[in-house]
Amino acid sequence: MAQALNTALRDALRDDERVLVFGEDVGPLGGVFRITDGLTRDFGEERCFDTPLAESGIVGFAVGMAMGGYRPVIEMQFDAFAYPAFEQIVSHVAKFRNRTRGKLGLPMVIRVPYAGGIGGVEHHCDSSEAYYVHTPGLKVVTPATPADAYWLLRDAVADPDPVVFLEPKKLYWSKEDTDLTRRQAEPFGRAVVRRAGRDATLVAYGPSVPVALEAAKVAADEGIELEVVDLRTLVPFDDETVVASVRRTGRCVVVQEAQSFAGVGAEIVARIQERCFHSLAAPVLRVAGFDIPYPPPKLEHSHLPGVDRVLDAVDRLQFDDRPDVLHLARGAA
Amino acid sequence: MSVKTHRQAVQGLLPALTPVRFVTEDGSPVKESADYAEPSAELLREAYRRMVLGRRFDTQATMLTKQGRLAVYPSSRGQEACQIAGVLALREDDWLFPTYRDSTALVTRGVDPVEVLTLLRGDWHCGYDPAATRTAPQCTPLATQLPHASGLAHALRSRGGDAVVMAFVGDGGTSEGDFHEALNFAAVFKAPVVFFVQNNKYAISVPLARQTAAPALAYKGVGYGVRSEQVDGNDLVAVLSVLTAAVEHARTGHGPFLVEAHTYRMDPHTNADDAGRYRDDAEVERWQGADPLARLETYLRGRDLLTDEDVASAREAAEAFAADLRTRMNLDPELDPLELFDHVYAEPTPQLREQRQMLAAELQAEKG
Ligand SMILES: Cc1ncc(C[n+]2csc(CCOP(=O)(O)OP(=O)(O)O)c2C)c(N)n1
Ligand SMILES: [Mg+2]
Repeated sequence: MAQALNTALRDALRDDERVLVFGEDVGPLGGVFRITDGLTRDFGEERCFDTPLAESGIVGFAVGMAMGGYRPVIEMQFDAFAYPAFEQIVSHVAKFRNRTRGKLGLPMVIRVPYAGGIGGVEHHCDSSEAYYVHTPGLKVVTPATPADAYWLLRDAVADPDPVVFLEPKKLYWSKEDTDLTRRQAEPFGRAVVRRAGRDATLVAYGPSVPVALEAAKVAADEGIELEVVDLRTLVPFDDETVVASVRRTGRCVVVQEAQSFAGVGAEIVARIQERCFHSLAAPVLRVAGFDIPYPPPKLEHSHLPGVDRVLDAVDRLQFDDRPDVLHLARGAA
Repeated sequence: MSVKTHRQAVQGLLPALTPVRFVTEDGSPVKESADYAEPSAELLREAYRRMVLGRRFDTQATMLTKQGRLAVYPSSRGQEACQIAGVLALREDDWLFPTYRDSTALVTRGVDPVEVLTLLRGDWHCGYDPAATRTAPQCTPLATQLPHASGLAHALRSRGGDAVVMAFVGDGGTSEGDFHEALNFAAVFKAPVVFFVQNNKYAISVPLARQTAAPALAYKGVGYGVRSEQVDGNDLVAVLSVLTAAVEHARTGHGPFLVEAHTYRMDPHTNADDAGRYRDDAEVERWQGADPLARLETYLRGRDLLTDEDVASAREAAEAFAADLRTRMNLDPELDPLELFDHVYAEPTPQLREQRQMLAAELQAEKG
């Protein structure tokens, strides 16, 4: 995926001279994850450059550059290091179009390596998507495959609105045979069914997509066919694809790596029950991280929702009208 | 304010035009911009022992990354004059605010090295007790610890004490907004805090020239009304003399002090970094010649303050320290995943209790 992102940036720089790449260590080093590898060498200092070390400055500077006719693609080095820029993102990036009654939009992309599963020490593994999706005016993207990483990033750069582009760090090293010169991806804003199945739907995005796919594979061995929907863009949200799938299967589990409370999963579950109530054979469940600060490396495996937790949730979907015994036994509120 | 008093006010804040220096690179005495009292011979001998130990600790920690015992280690090799002086300038009841880079300073402070490395081994976030050690958790989000330092300094003073806060930050960190806000707050409230910038020339790959256009980082204090100084950061005698004066300044009610130490990070940013991408070996070679440990040793020998036996015994103590650290780091402590729920709030919420129960059931099932 890292390679696909690098290629997307190259192609964007090549195709549109307004595109600029800047941030911390994105120049000669090529970024700490090497996503911008070689861009300064190949496109010059003016197109890809290092800034002083200040996230609020980087985002604010990008706002100004966008006002001045450029299309900045900026990097926050890690999820948690974007927080100093939060003020710029929620008060300015997200609201510029609205404040100016549509006269001034900000075409810019904020790339954020995010989420866990890489054994990172504190502040390097946050799942921060809920903060962004809760902010009207921001589009929020998270690819799960190299092809999507490429095409969604190209789409994000071309978008007239600001896009927060969340790159699941643990998928940087994932590989896929794909020809990036031919579009093999759904349009921006559409979810995609990654695996078809009739018994229940797993809704996933970003880092939880491979987990859902793996769970579906294991379930298939036991004769349960799970459908896996990869959301791709959280904003805009593709109700249509999700609803069609859940209406077909009648059962659904939403899988997210982020902590659970008031997370993206909560929004998805609400939307599904609003639209699919009469098709549902069981409550829509969530599998998520615990409501704790991201754990230290040696304990992250206890926190991260894995295949077993997904399958446990599937077991609770009241097949054959079995009540949700696990839930009852736990005496949960 | 008249022009004259205005000029005096500005001059009273300005750093020396060249870094304060007591010892040249080859270890001979010199006095450059050295309007500071030199530390006592006894303190310098103590600093030497701590530096030998600190260096050994640092190389041992780097070794531990190679053996997979640490998730990551940001070395401060080459910055020991700062690491040691930053701590020796303090009283035990003063506070230290270190960054991820400053493990050697923590060891110098007397924090158990295994507790220091808890974060980097991945067992928990902060391995030591900040209140007991008067040492804040090592801070990773850059410069964000600095407003805390100003606030704590103000609190200590407001409650009638004379303890001081020493806050470390890197050259890159001075670009963050929090650095500026912390300086300003400290100055306005006359908080007894020493801001200590270890300018090691790089923020990961980004060289100082891309960080600032100022003639020196030390000038950044002047705009906030903070007394400022710059010092040769590989000259322990100089760093310790300036920091001692800075601490005294803060302790006696004159407000904050900013010290910039010019030093160099000999190792990559962390063991995971590939420094060859942004600096050449020749540059690192050159700084090898400015090594703070060799410099102090030559200087002390020249003043007859250090004998062969002193050197041997310092090295022996360092070896024993490293051996003990190795042994203890090779033991894997038993971690209880359920502890994840213990420290989110003073009392867990009902939801956390439920989640804890779920994990407990999983762990039970795993055991079979
Ligand atoms: C707010 C924030 N942004 C980015 C980072 C990622 N990061 C970690 S260390 C570092 C460079 C810091 O350089 P400097 O302040 O000079 O300290 P040094 O590492 O050289 O000791 C960066 C960019 C971070 N830790 N915090
Ligand atoms: Mg630095």
